[in-house]
Amino acid sequence: MSILVDKNTRVLCQGMGKAGTFHAKMCREYGTQVVGGVVPGKGGTSKEGFPLFNTVAEAVRKTGADASMIFVPPAGAADAILEAADAGIRVIIAVTEGIPVLDMARVMRLLKDKNCRLIGPNCPGVITPGQCKIGIMPGYIHKPGPVGVISRSGTLTYEAVWQLSNLGLGQSTCVGIGGDPIVGTTQIELLKMFQDDPQTEAILLIGEIGGTAEERAAEYIKQHVKKPVAAFIAGQTAPPGKRMGHAGAIISGGSGTAKDKIAAFRAAGIAVADSPADLGVTVQRAMQKN
Amino acid sequence: MKIHEYQAKELLARAGAKIPRGIVVSSAAEAQQAFDQLGGKPVVIKAQVHAGGRGKGRFKDSGKDFGGVKFVTNRADAAAVAEVMLRYPLVTAQTGEAGQKVSKLLVVEASAQIVREVYVGMVLDRGLGAPVLMACAEGGVEIEEVAARSPEKILKTVVEPGFGLQPFQARRIAYDLGFTGGQAAQAEAIITALAQVYLDKDCSLAEINPLAVMDNGEVLAVDAKMTFDDNALFRHPDIAALRDEAEEDPAELRAGRAGLSFIRLNGNIGCLVNGAGLAMATMDIIKYHGGEPANFLDVGGGANKEQVTEAFRILLGDPRVKAVLVNIFGGIMQCDIIAGAILAAFKEVGFHVPLVVRLEGTNVELGRKMLAESGQNITTANGLTEAAKKVVAAAK
Repeated sequence: MSILVDKNTRVLCQGMGKAGTFHAKMCREYGTQVVGGVVPGKGGTSKEGFPLFNTVAEAVRKTGADASMIFVPPAGAADAILEAADAGIRVIIAVTEGIPVLDMARVMRLLKDKNCRLIGPNCPGVITPGQCKIGIMPGYIHKPGPVGVISRSGTLTYEAVWQLSNLGLGQSTCVGIGGDPIVGTTQIELLKMFQDDPQTEAILLIGEIGGTAEERAAEYIKQHVKKPVAAFIAGQTAPPGKRMGHAGAIISGGSGTAKDKIAAFRAAGIAVADSPADLGVTVQRAMQKN
Repeated sequence: MKIHEYQAKELLARAGAKIPRGIVVSSAAEAQQAFDQLGGKPVVIKAQVHAGGRGKGRFKDSGKDFGGVKFVTNRADAAAVAEVMLRYPLVTAQTGEAGQKVSKLLVVEASAQIVREVYVGMVLDRGLGAPVLMACAEGGVEIEEVAARSPEKILKTVVEPGFGLQPFQARRIAYDLGFTGGQAAQAEAIITALAQVYLDKDCSLAEINPLAVMDNGEVLAVDAKMTFDDNALFRHPDIAALRDEAEEDPAELRAGRAGLSFIRLNGNIGCLVNGAGLAMATMDIIKYHGGEPANFLDVGGGANKEQVTEAFRILLGDPRVKAVLVNIFGGIMQCDIIAGAILAAFKEVGFHVPLVVRLEGTNVELGRKMLAESGQNITTANGLTEAAKKVVAAAK
């Protein structure tokens, strides 16, 4: 078992520019069923062996795709998400960085009535090791196993996965939820999925400064998550009022500090790694203690 | 991106908000002319800087005891005050010791007295995923302080991002703030304009503080602050044109042009990392092992030679930097290619401080070998902890 995606997932790529095409190929090499690409005006042709379609609706009709990864540039990315949702795509993974936040606010209002799940934007994607990789993460560092990973970051997640795999701790599914102020799927929604997933035995939650999602997640874990949880918060040395690379990583009005988030996790009995070099061992210790 | 008060108020005025009459000047002579044009009556001269706390600030080395907002009653004083404000840097709680050079002043009519002040502001509520209009009957103060002390005093109205603030919402906010009669209608117009500018121009923050009732019965947006979503500037060339580069850190500006995300900090260890989360974590682990990071620097997922070279130049341009740590997790990007970029940049830039490199990921052995056999003075490290310890030691 796993969450969100598995070996049966059929994936489309919206936006087949240089990055989109490259990563569609990498996902296919990993073993993901990438069934086609969507490029308006290029329908009926193919690129690197991927059949191309003019619209997502047409692609879904002809390929039976149920997931999509989006590489469309920021100005058109919100529209691409809505197109995927309208065509009945079940899992939409928006890799695109730099989407205006009000576009995302509007998208989230419209997705309320749709039966789909958006991951991202500004995220590395989702991987169920050995089965399905949708996104830009390096597949080979992952191993199938018992740890569910939830993270707002890209490369820091790879660092965490690397540490876990080197300790012999594989992953059930790794989800990069994205570094923007508004994301399609929250930490809490994923915590619930991992709690309900029989393969997942422990959860690693990697947060960062900005917003109060980690504080809410800590409260949720205390009430509802029975599996061991380990956590890390990036940005303990970040100054207030500055955006640290990610649009969502900003301490504003005294809210969103690493200190508050770490305190909330500790108060909920969650093991927090002091150093980012200890992400793997913190999970390992939390599992042994349990 | 931030803009100045006078620019924010112009945007509000164009959307239908009433603002006090004011003239932007950049010399003492112009300040005097503005005083005359505004009727020769009392005015307030306001230094235009992005930093907050200007009213309580001081002009460094000026010998004067006024801050960035000064009430004057005659034309000679208007010129004298403008002279000081334009000559000496303004130091506030947010500018640091060096202060901020002021190049524009807003001269505003001030013959009417403020009898009441309220606060209205629009921000994104990240939890709700929607903008909210915050209103508070206690204006003129730091809204964060009110929010911390008595959150029940802040009225929150969710604004549907696709529909905008509805007339009934603006009306309710005006009445809840205690406005009545004709003044309620004036307040509604200002609140409506605020929400409209926020949504139309992709603000990340827009606030009027204070929204004031004057003794002549007028309701005015007396001061305003706006910040814009950098990711939306591509569709607002009019807003992008308002950027004041003199207000920004030169190194941060230069990094931005090279597609690098860079923030200056106060320590002495320069960092170059791929990815924002890992870059923050690298700063954290330097601190954890007793060092102080000099900056945040995210070169993105890739890290090519041109970017690394420019990043090195920016880091080494800071005389406080005593050592540099490169931390790259090469995922899709292979470590040998990154090592090549680091070596090329290292030679081109001419390093004068110790460099510690930690590489991990695809082809890492080859990458490390290339660095070790280059004959260059580069220290390699296995793992985050070793890298942090080595660079902290090198900076001492």
